Amino acid sequence: MKRWLRSAWSRAVQTARLCCGVPDYDTYVRHLRDHHPDRPVPSYAAFFRERQEARYKGTGGRCC
Amino acid sequence: MHTRASVPASPAARILWVSIALVGAFCLGVVALRRGEPINAIWLVAASMAVFVIGYRFYGRFIERSVLRLDPTRATPAMRHPDGLDYVPTDKWVVFGHHFAAIAGAGPLVGPVLAAQMGYLPGTLWILFGVVFAGAVQDFMILALSLRRDGRSLGHMLREELGHVPGLIAMFGVLVLMMIVLAVLALVVVKALTHSPWGTFTVAATIPIALLMGVFLRWLRPGRILEVSIIGLALLLAAIWFGRHVAGSAALAPLFDFDARALAWLLIAYGFCASVLPVWLLLAPRDYLSTFLKIGTIALLALAIFLAAPTLQMAAVTRFIDGTGPVFQGNLFPFLFITIACGAVSGWHSIIASGTTPKLLANEGEARMVGYGGMLMEAFVAIMALVAAASLHPGVYFAMNSPAALIGTTAEHAAQTISQWGFVVTPDQLTQTARDIGESSVLSRAGGAPTLAVGMARLLHEIVPGGGMMAFWYHYAILFEALFILTTVDAGTRVGRFMIQEIAGLIHQPLQHTESWTGNLLATAICVGLWGYFLYQGAVDPLGGINTLWPLFGIANQMLAAIALMLATVVVVKLKRERYVWVPGIPALWLVVCTLSAGYEKLAGPISFTAAGQKYAAAMAEGRLLAPAKNAAEMQRIVTNNYVDAALTGLFVLLVLAMAGFGVRTIARAWRINHPTTHEEPYMPLDATSGSAP
Repeated sequence: MKRWLRSAWSRAVQTARLCCGVPDYDTYVRHLRDHHPDRPVPSYAAFFRERQEARYKGTGGRCC
Repeated sequence: MHTRASVPASPAARILWVSIALVGAFCLGVVALRRGEPINAIWLVAASMAVFVIGYRFYGRFIERSVLRLDPTRATPAMRHPDGLDYVPTDKWVVFGHHFAAIAGAGPLVGPVLAAQMGYLPGTLWILFGVVFAGAVQDFMILALSLRRDGRSLGHMLREELGHVPGLIAMFGVLVLMMIVLAVLALVVVKALTHSPWGTFTVAATIPIALLMGVFLRWLRPGRILEVSIIGLALLLAAIWFGRHVAGSAALAPLFDFDARALAWLLIAYGFCASVLPVWLLLAPRDYLSTFLKIGTIALLALAIFLAAPTLQMAAVTRFIDGTGPVFQGNLFPFLFITIACGAVSGWHSIIASGTTPKLLANEGEARMVGYGGMLMEAFVAIMALVAAASLHPGVYFAMNSPAALIGTTAEHAAQTISQWGFVVTPDQLTQTARDIGESSVLSRAGGAPTLAVGMARLLHEIVPGGGMMAFWYHYAILFEALFILTTVDAGTRVGRFMIQEIAGLIHQPLQHTESWTGNLLATAICVGLWGYFLYQGAVDPLGGINTLWPLFGIANQMLAAIALMLATVVVVKLKRERYVWVPGIPALWLVVCTLSAGYEKLAGPISFTAAGQKYAAAMAEGRLLAPAKNAAEMQRIVTNNYVDAALTGLFVLLVLAMAGFGVRTIARAWRINHPTTHEEPYMPLDATSGSAP
């Protein structure tokens, strides 16, 4: 039960962040470690800033 | 072939689906057939849910298996080349939440409220059948098409499948549509805030709140969205509470009391600043607040409808199906299908469905839930908006949504006019409603938002009673709508600016650099000027603006939906699955017919922009003044505005015709070739990818 609640909460947080254009940080770090070990891993703050800028450059993004 | 073998349904499943069908049919029967006595909204809600569930289970699955032939063993873009940023295999519920938050906006809340003038039945039927056979089909098919094409955008897919020229034409249409969307949404805010110090104060308060949140997120607690949103929400609620004192204070109230023109100018100035400033300062924090508030409020509305179970006071069908209604002009066909765009079928979704969402899905088998299911959720929001409007006293509804040119500016005159239409209401009822919600007047607050806010405030007041709470809920609902409309306006202006800079770059290369201040300011000014022109025109319009601009928006949005469905039709033929061509083909054809006939009526005939322009021009030639123009210059402006609107309608009609021509040509060619000619990425098995499922 406790485990279920924890995973439900983490999914809710992930959804909320994704709705604001911020993908999962842990996934990104894992991706960097697995595929690009030569690249530096950004801090969450730096990652967040980069994504914040990127969100408002695309086309559309939200509906009427 | 990699299709799933179909498993025969178990007896228990069969019994379940037959009973859902029976319950749904019974509820729909009650909604459609009971006349003379008012019915409870729960019948309507239950009927809709049954239709959605059955549509999802049967029609959605039919499209998935037979038309699109989605394959759970095939690698999605997120699995083919995950990058941790844009292409990320994500849990399907997370993708669903993200997709729904991106497609749900003000559209499904406004259209159904306006359409309630014809009674609740026409709107309900169009939302239910429109979403199952057109809207959800469009979202789902475009999502699936993009999934098979590395998550490419609608414009890119149109260029690939139909050709370069039709792709460019469609993207030009999207830019024009966006300007109309921004103008009409901003106008909804103007209508809601006109001479409402309380509302204006709370909306203005969101600016310092957002700045504070932006600074907090940048330096104090970087990236802590949840924390900062909770702080922001608390400050917003405090602003609503304090707004009552602003409205009641003789010193403060005049500072926040504006007419429509002044508000239009303020919004134009604000939109310019918000999209020029760095995004972290104003735009992003507002976006977070509005996203969470939107989801929270939609949930609250659903809860309120279930708990309060209101009776629908509006008739099932009113006399205004004959086209003489005060809220918008025109007959049921085609104008009902233009007025309710978002909620039944919305072209804008095809941009979202070919944007972020296809890059997040981990498996093709999840596309139906996100694409088809997400749109059904939006239709449910539209049904709730319709319920909130139809549960108001019809007299109050018409007083709020009719232009002053028809009902006058006093409660007595409005009550008398509306009672003559057959919706008996006393001046007292109108002034009492205004007093309940803490406003000086409810008359001519068109645009859907205030009506929905009154409806919501009543429902919430029923479940959480308390003295003066109704005024709080009303301003809460207004704030929530204004907040996410303004976020759309800011973000849309920015996107429009980038599009304009790209076009300007073709003429003078340096203008293309998004970091260049000259290019930035110039393109933003052009973008704000484009939507600002229509906003200002709406603010001074004799019929109140919404009446004029909403059909233009509906035609443009349905035009885009028609284009998206044409793309889906072309692809089905190119895949040599011609026997299913009707699945996207019939809704595409229907939308072409609706947009063309609405376009024609707005170009020629008694309710056209041309006729309105000619009427004012004729009066001007005789030296007469027609309300609300007060001098010759204003008369001239109304004439010009009507001709501009007519020209724009003509442009949309030409666009639809051109795209239909290109579509038919491509279909005819593909039909004759006896092998598939589509641009899908080749099959790659899921287990051959480097990505890991969530």
